[in-house]
Amino acid sequence: MPQTITGAEIVVRCLAEEKVDFVFGYPGGAVLNIYDEIFKQDKFKHVLVRHEQAAVHAADAYSRSSQRIGVCLVTSGPGVTNAVTGIATAYMDSIPMVIISGQVPTHAIGQDAFQECDTVGITRPCVKHNFLVKDVKELASTIKKAFYIASTGRPGPVLVDIPKDVTANTCKFEYPKEISMRSYNPAGKGHSGQIKKAVQLLLDAKRPMIYSGGGVILNDASAELTALVRHLGAPVTNTLMGLGAYPATDSLYLGMPGMHGTFEANQAMQDCDVLLAVGARFDDRVIGNPGHFFRDGRKIIHIDIDPSSISKRVKVDVPIVGYVKDVLVEMLAQIQAHEKKPDAAALKNWWAKIKDWQGKNCMAFKPAAAGGKIKPQAVVQALWKATGGDAFVTSDVGQHQMWAAQYYPFTKPRRWLNSGGLGTMGVGIPYAMGAQLANPDATVACITGEGSVQMCIQELSTCKQYHIPMKILNLNNRSLGMVRQWQEFFYGNRYAESYMNALPDFVKLAEAYGHVGMKIEKPGDVEGAIREAIALKDRLVFMDFITDETENVFPMIPGGKGLTEMILAEDL
Amino acid sequence: MRHILSVLLENEAGALSRVVGLFSARGYNIDSLSVATTEDITMSRMTIVTHGSDDVIEQITKQLNKLIEVIKVVDLTDGNHIERELMLVKVRAAGKDRDEMKRLADIFRGRILDVTDKSYTVELTGNSDKLDAFIASIEPGVILETVRTGASGIGRGERILKV
Repeated sequence: MPQTITGAEIVVRCLAEEKVDFVFGYPGGAVLNIYDEIFKQDKFKHVLVRHEQAAVHAADAYSRSSQRIGVCLVTSGPGVTNAVTGIATAYMDSIPMVIISGQVPTHAIGQDAFQECDTVGITRPCVKHNFLVKDVKELASTIKKAFYIASTGRPGPVLVDIPKDVTANTCKFEYPKEISMRSYNPAGKGHSGQIKKAVQLLLDAKRPMIYSGGGVILNDASAELTALVRHLGAPVTNTLMGLGAYPATDSLYLGMPGMHGTFEANQAMQDCDVLLAVGARFDDRVIGNPGHFFRDGRKIIHIDIDPSSISKRVKVDVPIVGYVKDVLVEMLAQIQAHEKKPDAAALKNWWAKIKDWQGKNCMAFKPAAAGGKIKPQAVVQALWKATGGDAFVTSDVGQHQMWAAQYYPFTKPRRWLNSGGLGTMGVGIPYAMGAQLANPDATVACITGEGSVQMCIQELSTCKQYHIPMKILNLNNRSLGMVRQWQEFFYGNRYAESYMNALPDFVKLAEAYGHVGMKIEKPGDVEGAIREAIALKDRLVFMDFITDETENVFPMIPGGKGLTEMILAEDL
Repeated sequence: MRHILSVLLENEAGALSRVVGLFSARGYNIDSLSVATTEDITMSRMTIVTHGSDDVIEQITKQLNKLIEVIKVVDLTDGNHIERELMLVKVRAAGKDRDEMKRLADIFRGRILDVTDKSYTVELTGNSDKLDAFIASIEPGVILETVRTGASGIGRGERILKV
């Protein structure tokens, strides 16, 4: 008969069973029993962050950059409420994660106990699912369910709230090998009949277009997508969440679509006769106003694991519910077996039209004038050169995020980590921590701005403790650039609270945390500084680039407008 | 358009708030909601009356299905169905109102469950329109108190919602 063990030990044993190698967390009263068991084990490493938000972001990035499930551990009350931003961020981008939170003892729940909050209630709208475990006998099976739910179907964060007495109570430990839930059966293979219809449409298309999103990356379907695109010879665009799913340096790639996407990608989205959407959700930053996006006669095929993503904002003609990888495999097999081949003559005309749009050269920007300030876009390009396009790049949120997405052509999936859905400022440093721990030998760069970076700047301390040698590129324009850009365009240059007037000396700040700081002010020094920083392999380097504050992100579709209503830099 | 959705879900703490939270978070309407366990106590069955365009109802159904604890969702308005709601109304029953209230309750096939010398408490079952009609036929000043359960629905004939 197996021995009984405590709930705290069960938690640790479950994580070991799941082959977790990092837990990001912060201790506190309600999780002390669990931390005591962590102290006694050597199956996984615990990473002590400086704020719970960063624990969740780091676990999230660990997941994004490694195909594995990120795990974090926080205490009750403020531990959980601090984690909420991180959880909501992961939820919006469908990142598989398990969050374990401590709770006050079961007998104290509802008594307004010290560090008590209704964790399940607070997190309910921003998790895929959550659990409150009231009986130690249900602890192991609940954790198993959490990992299962987080990683299957449309992935997402799952929270397990564990009262302190449950971590002290004992029972026999048995980790279930399999789990089945009558109320949770995520869709599997796509419907063959629907795939057949889609194949027919794609082969009949005169102007096909492929629009792929984060779902392709989450389901590790880049190779399948690439094979399909090449077989069809069709143009392809990757959304902000899908960058790297199709190699951006390839000639079939049109750049990113949407608000700050390329002119050619947006025109092609609008003007195609068959649009194949793969693991993308037609969100407002991609298609703008759905009314404008509607085009008579254009057929839309939509592959998604989540039925509720289909026909949510845009009516589609051929919905296919299933894992994108499986669907793409079957789709390509059907296409290859089909007697009909893609229409070469029509494609030639279609590409001629696209070449015209590409002729606009919409990503061009004026290089820095002699004696002028550094152009932020040029910093991103220099990083691409210095890293051979092969770094893991994280960003925060704002202008620098768009420049990173626009000027660092990603050629591999899981290399670009950003908060696309929730748009959370502050993710940059903790994302780079998670990515670096998951990929210890890789170059990890955090492209950020002086606004965002200060939202989780305390994590420079965590980086010191765990020797995380990330390279931070701070595009410092002394203002909340994206806010300022909107105020310039839409609010008559009234720059309400978008100016940063009391910035720290970032070089000294980095040094205070034990890192290397650099301040770069001349355009000619940019690439050299980045190369120097990368050469410092085992050090975190904070590069503070003093950039041209007048630069804006182009092209741009103003909010509420359609894809063909872009403002290009040359229009101004 | 009005829709009546039947939802079979795990009888677990918090399942109800997930459903209700979904409606408020996504801006859907709940006109009425009734819920209790089924013959299998591990499951609850919920009837939600809502309204919205076909697109909205499609999203509501998909979003409900996405909740981990929801087992099945059926839109009863897609086929023949029966719906019933229970109402208890306390009315003033003094003087000339007393006989009139008794007659009205009889016409609507209501039952008087409780009597005082000044009031009747009437139990009425039917579809929601019938209950509305009963209330409309009484002078507002005569009604002392109303409580309604919200509709419960079930498919007609062989149409069954089961695991």
